[in-house]
Amino acid sequence: MIQRRQLELWVGVFVAAGLLALAMLAFRVGNLAAGGVNNPYMVQAEFNDIGGLKVRAPVTLAGVRIGRVSAISLDPSDFEAKVTMELDGRYKTIPSDSSASILTSGLLGEQYIGLDPGGSSHYLKNGSTIQVTQSAIVLEKVISQFLFNFASKSGSHSK
Amino acid sequence: MNSLRRLGRIVIDSVEGLGRASLFFLEVMSGSRKLFRRFELVVQQVFAVGVLTLLIILVSGLFVGMVLGLQGYNTLVKFGAADSLGLLVALSLVRELGPVVTALLFAGRAGSALTAEIGLMKATEQLAGMEMMAVNPIERVIAPRLIAGIIAMPLLAALFSAVGVLGGQLIGVGLLGVDSGVFWSQMQSGVSFHEDVLNGVIKSVVFGVVVTWIAVFQGYESVPTSEGVSRATNRTVVYSSLAVLALDFVMTALMFK
Repeated sequence: MIQRRQLELWVGVFVAAGLLALAMLAFRVGNLAAGGVNNPYMVQAEFNDIGGLKVRAPVTLAGVRIGRVSAISLDPSDFEAKVTMELDGRYKTIPSDSSASILTSGLLGEQYIGLDPGGSSHYLKNGSTIQVTQSAIVLEKVISQFLFNFASKSGSHSK
Repeated sequence: MNSLRRLGRIVIDSVEGLGRASLFFLEVMSGSRKLFRRFELVVQQVFAVGVLTLLIILVSGLFVGMVLGLQGYNTLVKFGAADSLGLLVALSLVRELGPVVTALLFAGRAGSALTAEIGLMKATEQLAGMEMMAVNPIERVIAPRLIAGIIAMPLLAALFSAVGVLGGQLIGVGLLGVDSGVFWSQMQSGVSFHEDVLNGVIKSVVFGVVVTWIAVFQGYESVPTSEGVSRATNRTVVYSSLAVLALDFVMTALMFK
């Protein structure tokens, strides 16, 4: 009887440790703790080019994470990317004329949306659209533009 | 002509074996419904296949994590990306090494023991004796072991990954001087719960089913002699290792596009 109770105790310890390890993988190693947005409200924005932005990418204001991208789709009427963000309900007072731009963390890091607050006294609310947007900077385009300018300049010099 | 015939026989034999194994699996699964009333049988087997495998899993996990930390650091530091060490260690462990290495160790430690135990029960006619007493050996002996294996394997894999991450942290932060905050924050921003952790858990559940299934089937089918039991044990380890590696490739191809 004692042996059986000890056995059950060991199995209990084993299962508890396994579940604890799983919880650690979820919260400490994974992003489950950071992924949730409290009491979210949806805001939309249309971009010409979203670059490498992905669903679940962070949305920040002044560097502070206030939400995440929940959906990305193509608007078939004007061929712009329609990005839906869910913002934390604690931040209800973001001016409605704020602008959204797609930024890159570091030179080659992941892309995220940065909001710049405007001056309006109306606030963004569920379902509203951010009007002023700035597309992602695609590195290839910048480089090719630079090279193109460079080549045309040096071409005019040689004349 | 003769060799063609032999090839045909090999194919027919292996298909027959697969068919028998599948029918056996269905029989065990339908027999395991009655286990809800006698759960202590499963608990006993969880002790045998889970708790007794714990030590080898924890030690291997720690060392695999530490090796990942060393090797990853040496490579990453060449690209000036040593900050991503935590991400590298965690992703390798959670996606691949955790489930796969745990399954291989599980096959070697618990699978072989299951086969030998059941094979020996058959060789000493304990299974036949149970049938004489109107006890269904599939419900009484096989089903608790299969269920216990399916329960234990994901828990062992999670422990392996968790201990491995700690081992990587021990080497990366403690020995090589990666910043502790950067180590964890890079990990948290790069490892997604749904895509990485959950897929790793799904993998380990599948491996648990396959390894335990092969082990109990080989034991149940073994030739009831000492040589037959040793061959069956041998086959368990070989087949389940191959099955784990092949299935891992298939699942990785499907999960991580």
